Amino acid sequence: MVRAVEAGYGAVRVLHGVSLEVREGETVALLGTNGNGKSTLIKCIMGMVAPAGGEIFLEREGRRVDLTRKSTEEIVSLGIALVPEGRRLFPKLSVEENLLLGAYRAQARAGIARNLAFCFEAFPVLRARRRQLAGSMSGGEQQMLAIARALMSSPQILLVDEPSVGLAPILVSRVIAKIKELKEQYQLTVLMAEQNFNQATKIADRGYIIVHGKIEFEGRDTRELRENELVKKYYLGV
Amino acid sequence: MTRMGWSVLVGIAVIAAGIGLASLRVNPYVYFAGYVILQYVVIATAWNILGGYAGYVNFGTPAFFALGAYAAVFLIRSIKAPLPVLIVAGGLVAALLGLGIGYLTLRLRGTFFSIATLALSVVLQTMIINWEYVGGSRGISVLRPSGPPFGSYVTFLFTVMVALAVVAVLAARFIERSWIGRGLAALRDNEEAAECMGVPTLRLKLFATTVSGFFLGVAGAPFPYYVTFVEPNSAFALDYAVNALAMPMIGGTTSWVGPVVGAVLLGTASQVATVTISSELNLLIVGVVLVAFVVLAPEGLVGLVRRLRGR
Repeated sequence: MVRAVEAGYGAVRVLHGVSLEVREGETVALLGTNGNGKSTLIKCIMGMVAPAGGEIFLEREGRRVDLTRKSTEEIVSLGIALVPEGRRLFPKLSVEENLLLGAYRAQARAGIARNLAFCFEAFPVLRARRRQLAGSMSGGEQQMLAIARALMSSPQILLVDEPSVGLAPILVSRVIAKIKELKEQYQLTVLMAEQNFNQATKIADRGYIIVHGKIEFEGRDTRELRENELVKKYYLGV
Repeated sequence: MTRMGWSVLVGIAVIAAGIGLASLRVNPYVYFAGYVILQYVVIATAWNILGGYAGYVNFGTPAFFALGAYAAVFLIRSIKAPLPVLIVAGGLVAALLGLGIGYLTLRLRGTFFSIATLALSVVLQTMIINWEYVGGSRGISVLRPSGPPFGSYVTFLFTVMVALAVVAVLAARFIERSWIGRGLAALRDNEEAAECMGVPTLRLKLFATTVSGFFLGVAGAPFPYYVTFVEPNSAFALDYAVNALAMPMIGGTTSWVGPVVGAVLLGTASQVATVTISSELNLLIVGVVLVAFVVLAPEGLVGLVRRLRGR
């Protein structure tokens, strides 16, 4: 749950009172073109950008955890994992080392063997390339690795920032389908920031459209999003 | 027995071998030269914890080394502290300086961090030059304590350095294979990604700068007793900055073996060159070898061997 978040870098204000909510078990799409504040919002949730105002919190079993005062490490420990924009792999480390780093937090280390097996099962290509340097793989494989790495911390909530960037259309479909598959398999809650409207609405339960740091439209289901011709035309250019 | 247990056992065996060598009483120059080489094993290993594992290149090695040496000078002059105290104190003071530059990494990365460490050396040297109590710019004579525990004082110092080298290498090896080492490798490769994954980057960097500083100071602490005359130009010599960086680069920075191999090879080569050619030629040799390695084998000897083995 994000309420009235304001944030920016230096003198530049990027988010102007953004509020959105993701309920347990949902896949929510955060849609918008480049430069509208999608990544900044994701970074705020992960504790990598300190919001100037508003609140970000996690409600679990009736308890409310304020995320704005927590460090990224603590947020990861709470069961929130990020598939960062542009993948942000460790290019000179092997695939396996990349995966192990996804489980850096003490809570995650206990489940390493199990999670590694799950990842290799879900992404057989990673098992075949476990000793290869991450930077030497293709873009699609790297995106798969970034998703697998995030799952290594046994998260309940997965934040995915622009999984389609820099991938060929066929790979985008594959990555999006994989996210849906994993979401169902692990009962994840997913918040996905994406500019590829058509692909994102394939798997999202509902979504928000963010324009210039404000939520301009909230679609309660994919149909509402798809049928909002105005928004599609002016803000997404499709 | 655990792997950790084995490595400690090997370490003890090396120290025993050092004591054995010290009691052989071969030509004393062997111990003199051996001490310098071992001192470089400690320096290269310590430098590599920050420069190799975490990827933060430190040009300020002389500052840490000299801080260890001058902490020792101060304690010898003021309370005639025994050698073990000098070593621990020299290490701790340098560790504190390390912690300080650790906080620099909050704002400075890459080249900018390196430039800041370069300045560190200059600043500290100026301070020492103006501190008369530890000899100022003229330097200070240090009397060795009479009656070493065994052998001559030089063979004793040689053995001490063997032990320090073993401890430093074991510490580096332990760090490399632990989650700390894995986290350091992550932030070397992509610091932002490491943060995304919940790797506590600041704490890891502070750890690396502190431990690296500690062992650099430890290497410098016995220095006053070794040379018996300490002055700023030799304590802050450029050699330390260049060798600390060159030895791990030549050996290979990603594993503990690299700095050891680099220090032994380069240290021996420069000792031989000092005797046979000239002492001024040392840095030239180091420079040429370093350039050759950066161009031909950027991953050092360890990387070269791995590649030849087809890995």
